[in-house]
Amino acid sequence: MRTSALEVEGVRKLFVRKGRTGPRRGLRKPKRKKESVVALRDIDLTIERGEVFGVLGPNGSGKSTLIRLVSTLLLPDRGAIRVFGHDIERDPIAVKRMINRVSVDAAFFKKFSPIENLMYAARLYGLDPKEARAKMREIMKRLGLKEETFNSPMEHMSRGMQQKVAVARGFLTSPILLLLDEPTTGLDPHSKRDVQAFAREIRQTHDATVLLTTHDMDEADRLCDRIAIIDEGRIIALDTPERLKTLVPSQNGDRPTLEDVFIGLTGRGFEEAEAEEVAA
Amino acid sequence: MSTFVREMRGAYAFVERNINLIKRYWGWEIVWLIYSLTNALAITYIGNGMGAISGQEIDTQYVVTYLLVGALIWQYLSVIFYSISEMIAWERWEGTIEYTFMAPVSRPTHLVGTTLFAIGYGIVRTLAILAIVAAFFRLDLSGANLVGAVLMLLAGSVSFVGLGILAAVLPLLYPERGAQMTNAVAAILLLISGVYYPIETLPGWLQRIAAASPATYVIQGLRACLLEGEPTRSLLPMVFLLIGIGLLVIAIGLVIFRYVERYAKRSGRLKRSG
Repeated sequence: MRTSALEVEGVRKLFVRKGRTGPRRGLRKPKRKKESVVALRDIDLTIERGEVFGVLGPNGSGKSTLIRLVSTLLLPDRGAIRVFGHDIERDPIAVKRMINRVSVDAAFFKKFSPIENLMYAARLYGLDPKEARAKMREIMKRLGLKEETFNSPMEHMSRGMQQKVAVARGFLTSPILLLLDEPTTGLDPHSKRDVQAFAREIRQTHDATVLLTTHDMDEADRLCDRIAIIDEGRIIALDTPERLKTLVPSQNGDRPTLEDVFIGLTGRGFEEAEAEEVAA
Repeated sequence: MSTFVREMRGAYAFVERNINLIKRYWGWEIVWLIYSLTNALAITYIGNGMGAISGQEIDTQYVVTYLLVGALIWQYLSVIFYSISEMIAWERWEGTIEYTFMAPVSRPTHLVGTTLFAIGYGIVRTLAILAIVAAFFRLDLSGANLVGAVLMLLAGSVSFVGLGILAAVLPLLYPERGAQMTNAVAAILLLISGVYYPIETLPGWLQRIAAASPATYVIQGLRACLLEGEPTRSLLPMVFLLIGIGLLVIAIGLVIFRYVERYAKRSGRLKRSG
């Protein structure tokens, strides 16, 4: 039997946070009440090897929580997650060897150069330093980074360039499951295209499976084989982009977009959903 | 590739990263070196001025060496303690904690790398301070048992690695205040361990706490080696005791760290930066 790249079964995750203060009684300082926020509600999904799977949803819908769970950075309150058959709680090191993640915030030692940051990553993943050095140069050049920037501190680089180094770091370890957590958010159109092209290439050349979270409808439409639309921690639809678009009727003769699908399924637009999450 | 090679590469990642941090933050390094140096000098000058302060005849040479030994040992032990206890705090400051915790490196390997760096860095810094301080005071170590002193220092390092691991859980538990809490732990160790005075000068209840601090034994043993020339053979029981305490504290530290890491992953505390 062929093992799926990722299996998520009945996963629920909630966070407890300090909420509003209670009523003041006499001179006593009012205590802040604790509130539970459900980030994911009984999520089930299976991603097959070689797929580019998109998770589309507004900010605060639970996309990054899902990625953090798969990355072993969070533990589920209920349910199980398996990466190529390895449970993230029981066998985290095996899972970590198979994955890498590119997130929206390019987390680097900002005073280090790209080479120093990538060498740190290479050693953490047990790569041969000599081979890693050659590979990181090749990937960075392929991503359009100039050689003179390789040894300068990353704090002097633009956000787009930093994100490209993050992408290079993600690919350096040849993960078989690549987690892209809004990798193009905040990038200029040119950098966005470079990153998207490389994501497509890595899938073709390295037989990698990609889990991509985004709130960019066009990006999801162009890159993904299947898409799960997530709202308030629930998957409300899961299918190929083309089939998802058949879920809502066309308006004024135009083909529905993924945004129309989201509005049709939730009764509100993306921006409205994001505003609600912020208010909550 | 064997697991051993992979783990060693993982451990070296932390050594190399910390060396790079020193290179990139060299300005801070100079500031801290000057701070540590002036601290050691100021404390040692108290010994130099004891006769003038008390108006009595005092063996100044002995007092100066007594204080200087305390200052240098504390310098070394605190570097080990802070290098390990701040391994999480650094990741939070730089925003890299999630990346490091996502890497396929076991926590013991992470700690081995951090410890190797801490010991090397502690030795280099302490020797640099000793070299400069030696220009200010006449140090007579002709009767000292230097081999015993090194043995004592290495045995004491083991305990401080364990204490560092225990303190490292604080920034994991408390993203905003954890790093400051480790300062409080170091300050308490400094107060009770007889770094600059015999622990007999402390109130009885503090003396009882001092007996639980590994630093108390390291400092007593090192003073015995450097000031009295205590032979290595008679130090061995204390060396074994220190190694035993150290291994026990490391084991407890690793268990607590593992538990707290799981708690941090359950509660989502890895994400938040201080």
